[in-house]
Amino acid sequence: MTMKLSLGPIQYFWERQRVLDFYQQAADSAADIIYLGEVICSKRRLVKLDDWLAIGKELRQSGKEVVLSSLTLLEAASEMSSLKKICANNEFMVEANDISAVHLLSSAGKDFVTGPSFNIYNARSLQLLAAKGLKRWVLPVELGLDTLKDLQELRPQGVETEVFAFGRLPLAYSARCYTARSHNLPKDDCQFKCIDYPDGRLLETQEQQEFLVLNGIQTQSALTHEVLQQVPELITLGVDILRISPQFNDTIQVLEIFNNSLLNNELNDLYDNLLEIIPLGACNGYLVEQAGMDHGPRQTA
Amino acid sequence: MELVCPAGNLPSLKAAVDNGADAVYVGFKDDTNARHFAGLNFTGRTFEKAVRYAQDKGRKVFVAINTYPQPKGFERWQAAVDQAAEYGVNALILADMGILDYAAERWPELRLHLSVQASVTSAEGIQFYHENFGIRRVVLPRVLSVNQVAHAITQSPVPVEVFGFGSLCVMVEGRCLLSSYATGRSPNTYGACSPASHVRWEETGDGTNTRLNGVLIDHYGEGEKAGYPTLCKGRFQVGDNTFYALEEPTSLNTLSILPKLWEIGVSAIKVEGRQRSPAYVGQVTAVMRAAIDDCMQDPQAYRPKEQWMKKLATVSEGSQTTLGAYHRPWQ
Repeated sequence: MTMKLSLGPIQYFWERQRVLDFYQQAADSAADIIYLGEVICSKRRLVKLDDWLAIGKELRQSGKEVVLSSLTLLEAASEMSSLKKICANNEFMVEANDISAVHLLSSAGKDFVTGPSFNIYNARSLQLLAAKGLKRWVLPVELGLDTLKDLQELRPQGVETEVFAFGRLPLAYSARCYTARSHNLPKDDCQFKCIDYPDGRLLETQEQQEFLVLNGIQTQSALTHEVLQQVPELITLGVDILRISPQFNDTIQVLEIFNNSLLNNELNDLYDNLLEIIPLGACNGYLVEQAGMDHGPRQTA
Repeated sequence: MELVCPAGNLPSLKAAVDNGADAVYVGFKDDTNARHFAGLNFTGRTFEKAVRYAQDKGRKVFVAINTYPQPKGFERWQAAVDQAAEYGVNALILADMGILDYAAERWPELRLHLSVQASVTSAEGIQFYHENFGIRRVVLPRVLSVNQVAHAITQSPVPVEVFGFGSLCVMVEGRCLLSSYATGRSPNTYGACSPASHVRWEETGDGTNTRLNGVLIDHYGEGEKAGYPTLCKGRFQVGDNTFYALEEPTSLNTLSILPKLWEIGVSAIKVEGRQRSPAYVGQVTAVMRAAIDDCMQDPQAYRPKEQWMKKLATVSEGSQTTLGAYHRPWQ
């Protein structure tokens, strides 16, 4: 089995045309699997479900596997109705990003994927969900190689493992919109400020350490998580898919770099290329069993 | 409405019971619960005493086993479930699906509550846990508005517990990794947020810096009272402004909306703070008891008394309180 690459859902709020152009490029990219949909904020409606379905069909014609991703934090009743529509679609598998989606999909007897912010920390959870239709899970981003190794050994048959391999880390979700708050606006009247921050809005400490990024109700790492140098180990552990989370620029190139890493090209050269197109700096601490913001080689216990 | 109060040790548990808690929730002295702090929580003998003290007075004991075990150490969580069950506690408060599955299978008669750490925000989600593990109560995250809580209650197959007072998590609990991003330890994996092991207080020429694993969380000027560097409650810079970009250091206080919570069908009110002192627990429990009793007696006439608010303000973080996500303006 060769390892596949996936393109995760766009976490940010981009202009509609930008989204359409992005997926046109993605159609010819190194991605094998493409996740589509709004996962952060239900007020972002420049691209609607019908659009996502249309984009998905085109991508499928280009040979891509398409998955629809669901909202991560559900609060309003309207968000539940949107979720129900996504889960009821008969074209594509759904990535469940919260337990409501898992319940809807498993009750309907449909297969599903769980996303990076869905908590699966042990084999018993994995086995239980596999019995409910789980076909693929993304390792929660705060877990590292030691736990991944244990879970790979205990993983049920027919379940694929995906690892968040590149992108700013999804760290937290709130009822409050931090981008609106940073403009002194209430969430109800956010004026869609997120559109001005296509890679999120930077939050620094008082001594100018680039620390976090505000993306609406989501908080991300300012540093970009990347696991390029751990790719050989991930292959050894039998990981099926590496996820590339879109950034505003150069995502197709990132896919190309990871694709080259799978073709056994020299990692050091690729790594230099990757660092050049990362907005602020890299981290990989979670995967190597350190603080998430750290960057370094694997620490052995 | 049941009053559920926290206890990090035996004196706190006694304070909660003596001041009118209907139930007290506790944890064991390890990483199986989300208040895994040095010097806190219960082991064998004291645990037995705690359960007996509360139950002899007709009160309940809930045990929080609400972190997320990984394959290494999974048995520790199973042992915690077994120990709690063997001591005859009234309910377990669980978050992880694997542990819920274990508890439901091994102790089918034992009441299971779904912890806030499971971050369930909809009736659809509650149903999953009800169908699969027979949970009999759910604790909702502090991200929902009163109307959203009301909506969940109308469709929930089980009674709903909400937070009524204490420290405020602004992020949906169980899915916040800010702490492990900075320190490697999160509530999910380690049972603590912004752990004390990584905190540094630093005197500077012009005040105090508080750091978490080296990251500057806040700077306090001369005469400004320095607070604990909980990651989401520091002052950061966004654009040209330095401010509480995520949340001010405030506490949640629902005294003013108790009748509303009762009216929409909230079954239990939870007080946060197993890490707080027995004096704190006693004081908050007494106020919440009086307020709930007043409210139940005549919800229409109920008004939070000034003396209650004053008492709670003195023990609140930053001496300020908020209704949090329960009311719109906060969002």
